[in-house]
Amino acid sequence: MLLKTLTESFGLSGNEKEVRDIIIAEIKDYCTTIKTDRIGNIIAFKEGKPNSKRIMVTAHMDEVGLMVKDIDSSGLIKFIPVGGIDKRILVSKTVLIGNDKIPGVIGAKPIHLQKRNEWSNALNMSDLYIDIGAKSKEDAEKYVNIGDYVAFDSKYTEFGDNLVKAKALDNRVGCAILIDLIKNIEDISFYGVFTVMEEVGLVGAGPAAYEVDPDISIILEGTLCYDIPKLDSHMIPTYIGGGPAISLVDRTTVYNHKLRDRVVQVAKKNNIPHQFRKTAMGGNDSGRIHTSRDGSLTTTISVPCRNIHSPVSVMSLEDYNNTSKLVKALLYDFDEEGYNEF
Amino acid sequence: MSFNSELLNKIVKVYGPSSNEAKIREFITEEIKDFVDDIRIDALGNLIAHKKGNGKRVMISAHMDQIGMMAIDIDDNGFIRFTNIGGISPVYSYGQKVVFENGTIGAIFCEPVDDLTKVKLDKMYIDIGAFSKEEAEAKVKIGDICIYQSEFVENENVVFTPYLDDRVGCFIAIEALKTIKEPVNDLYFVFSVQEEVGLRGAKTAAFSVDPEIGISLDVTAHGDTPKAKRFAIGLNKGAAIKVKDNSIIVHPYIRETLVKLAKDKGIPYQMEVLEFGGTDSGAIHLNKEGVPSGVISIPTRYVHSTVEMASKNDINNCTKLLIEFLNTEFEI
Repeated sequence: MLLKTLTESFGLSGNEKEVRDIIIAEIKDYCTTIKTDRIGNIIAFKEGKPNSKRIMVTAHMDEVGLMVKDIDSSGLIKFIPVGGIDKRILVSKTVLIGNDKIPGVIGAKPIHLQKRNEWSNALNMSDLYIDIGAKSKEDAEKYVNIGDYVAFDSKYTEFGDNLVKAKALDNRVGCAILIDLIKNIEDISFYGVFTVMEEVGLVGAGPAAYEVDPDISIILEGTLCYDIPKLDSHMIPTYIGGGPAISLVDRTTVYNHKLRDRVVQVAKKNNIPHQFRKTAMGGNDSGRIHTSRDGSLTTTISVPCRNIHSPVSVMSLEDYNNTSKLVKALLYDFDEEGYNEF
Repeated sequence: MSFNSELLNKIVKVYGPSSNEAKIREFITEEIKDFVDDIRIDALGNLIAHKKGNGKRVMISAHMDQIGMMAIDIDDNGFIRFTNIGGISPVYSYGQKVVFENGTIGAIFCEPVDDLTKVKLDKMYIDIGAFSKEEAEAKVKIGDICIYQSEFVENENVVFTPYLDDRVGCFIAIEALKTIKEPVNDLYFVFSVQEEVGLRGAKTAAFSVDPEIGISLDVTAHGDTPKAKRFAIGLNKGAAIKVKDNSIIVHPYIRETLVKLAKDKGIPYQMEVLEFGGTDSGAIHLNKEGVPSGVISIPTRYVHSTVEMASKNDINNCTKLLIEFLNTEFEI
């Protein structure tokens, strides 16, 4: 299954090659043109009937993780984060380092040795280390180099009521939906763009948008989900199983109201469950895209992911399918009247 | 120069929070259309008005958007939760009246808390007097944005009202645009969108205007009230010529030109060194290969509150300085 392949492959920000190669192999026979730009984005064009608007659908390929910053005399590895990592999720996780995927475990001082005040505080990243089983610095250096990327080691697993557990659902879920669009949409012209380095500051999207110069873009994302009971409804950003989450506002974009209303209208017309993303926190490639050149319209549509930015993100396959349906319906809707008044 | 309080009174009251500037855009279009050669609107909603001249291509920017509050949730009893659009202060918002685009008025209040000064927006809500979710939803949809309800007050010295930021900048641009009959330079007056959420409109407008010189008009802070933080800007002390803020260090040619004009023409001025904040010139000066840009700031007390206060003399002096600046034959 494509989502399994994509989530189990590696593509930390700045090192997306493995994921990029998988995506290119998947889509190359379905695109009219395809290229990798100089920063590493995939820019694919699929020609259908000519449309009046230039449409772009994007998903970022990169994922969060760690990077080796030092190897100490005992062969233990110190690291820094790549992208937004919650230090509290790291202890006792398994990881894979570098292109050779050297296995390691993230270790810390055992609870028995921690002082009382350490019990109530999360350990800092500087207190953690990765153990690859090396005997010494020299031994470790045979396998690992400073600057190597460190990815979470986590298998794609389906469980429960149509749920999936995996790493990097943010944003391989977007990549999977976009690949599917490129393969299956027949008569609509659009650019499919897979961006790099979103997690470290929306780096790839700017150059991609500058080149494509879109009128309307759909940004596909995996977004945060925190739907625990006893929380006031306004504190719940998205619900798992609630359908694609349509963004209102985030730190990088206030989404165009008319386009947003149109997305909701398309969802209703096609009986696709949907929800609003009810938080202004976070941001995505839309920020760079809508302010590129002389400006353009964007909408962000996301699959809710619990435990985002962790090795055990969880999403619903139903949400995935409904997101895919909504985006397809939207692409066909772009051919309809009304978009010129936005 | 007489003070056109009628226009200022009107313009601060027109609805136009960041991302939903249609009404204010229409208002300004009506106000200026007979005084410019061409008007266009870009994809983000910037209003770009061209007044042709033979000199340098100058972009004059004043943002027409306002800070506001976006509804993100309506509970079973009809109370509306919201998030900020731009720099909304919980303390300034507490107990204020707000108005949605369709005219629905609400009051902002807060869950019981121990220390109101530390309250966050997620503990606050808008009460529109609905008795159920259905009743509330009939008037307000998730994603709708409300603004502070305006009350315009003036005396012989000052005006105070919500949204001087930055309707007073728009006001000055409009006054200048109407006064200048034979432009020395090629003038693009931009009434920009989404400044309050990160100078977004100015960025895209600058790309299409491609100016050789940029000047923006916006409010700045004050240092002249009891125990105010040290800041050498006060009301009624003249137009403020920006030296720097967090978005720009003003190009020395622009700064020196403004100072020289103020001195030569006898326009009171003060120098503004702001340690925070930013405005449209922050985006304009980084456009393409770079654009020498500056800012004329209107000294304003209580920015982002419902009683933003500025001196009428300062506002007039800012207008005079802008007109002199735009009539300059630039040597750069």
